[in-house]
Parts: sequence; C-alpha cells; structure tokens
Amino acid sequence: MQTIAAKPGRPSEALTRNQLLEMYYFARLARDVEERLTVLFRQSKVIGGLYRSLGQEGESVATAYALERTDAILPLIRNMGALMTMGVRPREIFLQYMAKDRSNSRGRDLNIHLVHLPVAGAAEPVVVGPISMLGDSIPVAAGIAMGARMRGQNMVAMAWIGDGATSTGAFHEGLNFAAVQNIPLIVVAEDNKFAYSTPIAKQMSIARIDERAAAYGIPHEMVDGNDMLAVYDVAKRLVDRARSGGGAALIGVDTMRMQGHAQHDDARYVPKALLEEWAKKDPITRFRQHLLASGAATEKDIEEIDAMTKRFAGDEAQLAEDDPMPDPSTVTRGVYAGDDFVEPQVEFVKSPFRS
Amino acid sequence: MAVITYLDAIRQALGEEMARDDRVFILGEDVGAYGGAFKATEGLQERFGEARVVDTPISETAIVGSAIGASYMGMRPVCEIQFVDFIACCFDMLTNFAATSRYRNGAGVPIVVRGPCGGGVSGGPFHSLNPEAFFLNTPGLKMVEPSTAYDAKGLLKAAIRDDDPVLYFEHKFLYRRIKDEVPDEDYIVPLGKAAIRREGSDLSIITFGAMTHTALEAAATLSDAGVEAEVLDLRSLAPLDRDAILTTVSKTSRALLLYEARRTGGIGGELAAIIAEDAFEYLDAPIMRVASVDTPVPYSPPLEAAFLPNADKVVAAAQKLIEY
Repeated sequence: MQTIAAKPGRPSEALTRNQLLEMYYFARLARDVEERLTVLFRQSKVIGGLYRSLGQEGESVATAYALERTDAILPLIRNMGALMTMGVRPREIFLQYMAKDRSNSRGRDLNIHLVHLPVAGAAEPVVVGPISMLGDSIPVAAGIAMGARMRGQNMVAMAWIGDGATSTGAFHEGLNFAAVQNIPLIVVAEDNKFAYSTPIAKQMSIARIDERAAAYGIPHEMVDGNDMLAVYDVAKRLVDRARSGGGAALIGVDTMRMQGHAQHDDARYVPKALLEEWAKKDPITRFRQHLLASGAATEKDIEEIDAMTKRFAGDEAQLAEDDPMPDPSTVTRGVYAGDDFVEPQVEFVKSPFRS
Repeated sequence: MAVITYLDAIRQALGEEMARDDRVFILGEDVGAYGGAFKATEGLQERFGEARVVDTPISETAIVGSAIGASYMGMRPVCEIQFVDFIACCFDMLTNFAATSRYRNGAGVPIVVRGPCGGGVSGGPFHSLNPEAFFLNTPGLKMVEPSTAYDAKGLLKAAIRDDDPVLYFEHKFLYRRIKDEVPDEDYIVPLGKAAIRREGSDLSIITFGAMTHTALEAAATLSDAGVEAEVLDLRSLAPLDRDAILTTVSKTSRALLLYEARRTGGIGGELAAIIAEDAFEYLDAPIMRVASVDTPVPYSPPLEAAFLPNADKVVAAAQKLIEY
C-alpha cells in the first residue's frame, strides 16, 4: 500500500479533521452514487449509457475542494466527485440519468449535463455540465470567469478535461485565450490512460499531460491523482494564485480509469497488469489509510461515513425513481426565451460536516 | 434625422448599446485600437476601454465559447467574426453549445455574433460567404440580415437586447454604398418582421440583404415593361415572417425567391416549402429561385459576375413567371 507523502508547508496541513472527514465523505458519496447508478443501469432504469469514474473520485473531490462554494465548475462525465463536493444533491444526478421530468434538463439532455446559474446573492456555485464535444467546456469556462470578473465577482472557474479532449482545438483555443486575458481559470487535465479505447501515447507525444500548457506560458504541475492530499495541495495553491490575479493554470493528474469508457465497454484493450497495479492505488482506500494512520479518523468514524453515504445514495435514487417521465406535449417548449420552461437550477445540500 | 451609411449605423448601434447597458461588450479579432477590419468598431475601445472592447487571438471557438460563458454570468457579448466565412470555425460552439443551451438546461445565451457576409467585391472563396443556410436547420438560433442603414442599426440593437443567440449578417457590399435616414432617438427593428420595400400586384420577389437592392433595380426595369413586382425584404431569416410571405404571395400569386447564397439547399427551398404548404391555392405559376450558382465563390470579376444573381437574371426569371 502506498502511503501519502507529508511535506511541510503544504496547504493540506491547514485542513481540519472535520474537513478531512468531509473530503472522504464526498469521495465515498461519489462512488456510492455511481454504485447505485450501476444497479439502476442493470435494471434498465438508466436511459442510455453509464460512465463510471471509478478510481478517479479522489482527484475530482480534491481539486474541487480547493474552491469556494461560490466558484464555477465545469465537470466532465467522470467528475461525480466534483459535483458532490460542490453540494449538488444526488437526486439531481439520478433524475438526469433516468431522464425524468423533474431533472435539471427536464429530460432533454443526458447524465451530468446539468447547469446551475445562481440567482443574485445566492451562496451557490455556477455549474455548467459538458456538451459531448468535450473541449468546448474550456473556452466557456474562460468566459464564465471573465464575465464574473467584468461583474466584479472574485470567482475562479475550474474545468476538468480528459487526455483525449486535450487534443481538441477548443481546448487549445480556450487555454490560450485564458492565458492572454489573465483569466482565473484552472484546468484539470486527467491522464486516465485511455480515451475510450485509445491509449494516451496515441493522443500526444509529450511525456506528461501538463506539458500541454507549456505553449501558453501558464503554470502547470503534474500530480499523483490518487493521492487526495497531494492533489488538494496543488489545486489550492493554483486556485489561490488565480483568485489573487495570477491567471490561468493547468493541473495534470496522473490517474487511471478503472472501468471501460461506459458500462457497455468491457475494456479488454486495457492490460490486466495495469489495472492490477492501479487497483493497489485506489484513492479512497489510500485516503482512508491516511486518515487512520494519522489519527484523523477511527475505524468507527470511517464505518459511519461509509454507512451514511451508502444510505444517502440509496434514498436519493429511490426518490428519483418515483419521479414521473416527461410529458411529450412539452417537447417544443423552451427553445427560445419567452417560453421558458426549464430553469438553470439544481438543488444543493450541505454535507453533514458543514454547519 | 441624419443620413448615415450602413457601416455607420452598425457602429452607432454598438456604441449606443454599450453606453446604455454596461453588460454589453465586444470581442473579436482586431476590434480594439484598429477598429475592426471594416472599421465597424472604430473608436469604441478608446471610448469604453480595453475591458469592453477585447482584442482576441485568432480563435473563433474561443471568441464564441467565452461569449457563451460570459453571457451565463449576465453579460451581453457581441462577437465580431472578421469575415463571416470564418463562422465555420465556431460552427460547433454555435450549433451544439449556444443553440441548445436554453432547451437543454434553461440557460439562455444572449450573445450576438456579427460579421460581414456576401460577395461582389472579388473576395474569393473565403471572404464572400452567405452562411444562412448552414444555420437554418438549427433551432435555438436567430438570424438577421439588414438591407438598409435604418435596419442595420435597429436590428443590431434588437439583437443585442434579445435573450437568445442572434447571428447578425451584415453585407459588406452595402457598408459604404448604402446610406439612408436614421432617427436621432433610440429605436429598434423587431426580430421576425419583414418589410415591403415596393408594392406591386403581378409577382412577389422575396429576398433580403444586398439582394433587396438587386430586386428593386429589377422591379424598376419590370415596371417599365408594365410588370409590377412587389419586393419583400425578409430582414429576419430566423424566425421567418411567415405571415408576410404568405400575404404577399396570396396577393400576387407568383413567387420569385432571390438569395445570394448558392442555390441548392439554400433558404429559397424553405421559403418555397412554406408557400407550397400554405399558399398553394393562390399560385398561378411555379415558385422560382434566383440564386448563385452551385460552385465555391470565384474570385476573378467576370467569374464572380457570372456566379452572382443580378438584376438581369431577376428580370429574366420574372418574365418567365409572368408568361407562364
């Protein structure tokens, strides 16, 4: 079992016991929500594909944990952890995945393609889910942070992107634009070894994904994505830097997609040895070990959180399951303003670790 | 009242909207100190500062993508595409991101994407495009193209104030050639409303943009020959003013559809379908299209003249319709 390196002066040293437990809770919740989704998928209750973030929950949580509650996130399909960390109510995820009437998109778009634009004064994050043309989130994220700056808000935008989508033009255009405009944008580029079935060696000829940022003159760092505190350290430093006017930065995350692209994909193209190697580095297991070893948590604390997240995910899934499907007579509504029908709103919940 | 050019009208609309609403800002290539390739934004950076007139890299996807993001935060971005041909470079952002955003999640995208379109200036294959047909099949977008200075100003103001993404095509041939009276006071030209430019009873020429002037020239020639053409200027291409289209066709019983884009798959096909579906009983002749030929836009003047519609081609088509 790998341990978590403790370096002095790390931002994570300032995390309270409560915050450490909360990070564990969010990672655990992300995994349990997806475990519930997997059950629902097998029961044919999930409409369309199901995309797991197994093995990537840690980096998703730890990057988002460096943000303020009023910042902006642009997650991808494998950033369930970021959604949970920003407080998105799990029911919202289940409603979306089951194409229900009261889902954020009212059954018009898939999975985590949800949007939340807070009403003025609300202490809530901006959430803009991806569209399937993945690189597109990067210019949009730059615009969100730029627009917030124009409106006098000290907001940081964080956007996640997989190794595959860093090959798109939109990614490069957006990152370059953010760099020259000194926009407070943090891009989390996840090297999870495969883009669908394509290994990263066929995606880029650079050794480390964070070098994608080198051409844009912005800071970039590579981090062990399965070490939650190491990820938090890098993210916190770069988020704070961006918030104080330092501009855009990119975090390269070394991690592993532990399942296929989606549930239909058995990922036979992934070498077994690679999966076995990464299975030993599971981010939640490692973080749990750290909490126990450092005395931040007892076995009982961990058991309580595990029971809590499992129950919560199950209850939320049930609520969503009971929701009706959309009324087909509404199909033409909401294309243009004046016929507003869907509101860009999701419901947020506080974690049990936050008062 | 003042007589101003089509280009002045665009610049005035931008300046007045920026002064009226501090959420309005401009972004595009060379729009700042240089004032834009055609000077549509001249003086605006000096007046409103670099934060509100943003010079961007050559990155149409970043221009439109960041505008979408800024609009989510309550801003009202106006993107300049240096030549509208380059709108192809942000087609994905417009059709997949901006156009679907409200329908998907209720998140409106109040952006304007404006740029010079059209031929007749030997711009060649990449500086002459009329792209409306590329977007006609994308619900969620609005599209306008003015033919007068009055409409250039009023439609741009309406587009900026609209809560949905609006593509604003300005015909570069008209920039300095067209001048007309524009009121001193604030006004808008509502989206989705066509205008009759000439009344007539024998046939309807349905058109927009620079072709409105071609239609009027042809109508004058036809009038000398005793044929009175009605000229309908659509002004908005999405949404189309169906009532105005059906009203003029039911009045004249002959429809000539004139547009500068290539003929096949163009907006004329959609107009013909609207007329065939809802005004079939009124027709005394087939619906006829006059448009550019189905090639890339050629560069050399004699080739481009052969490519584009002109008044003679319109008159010839109108005479066929009358004689049918």
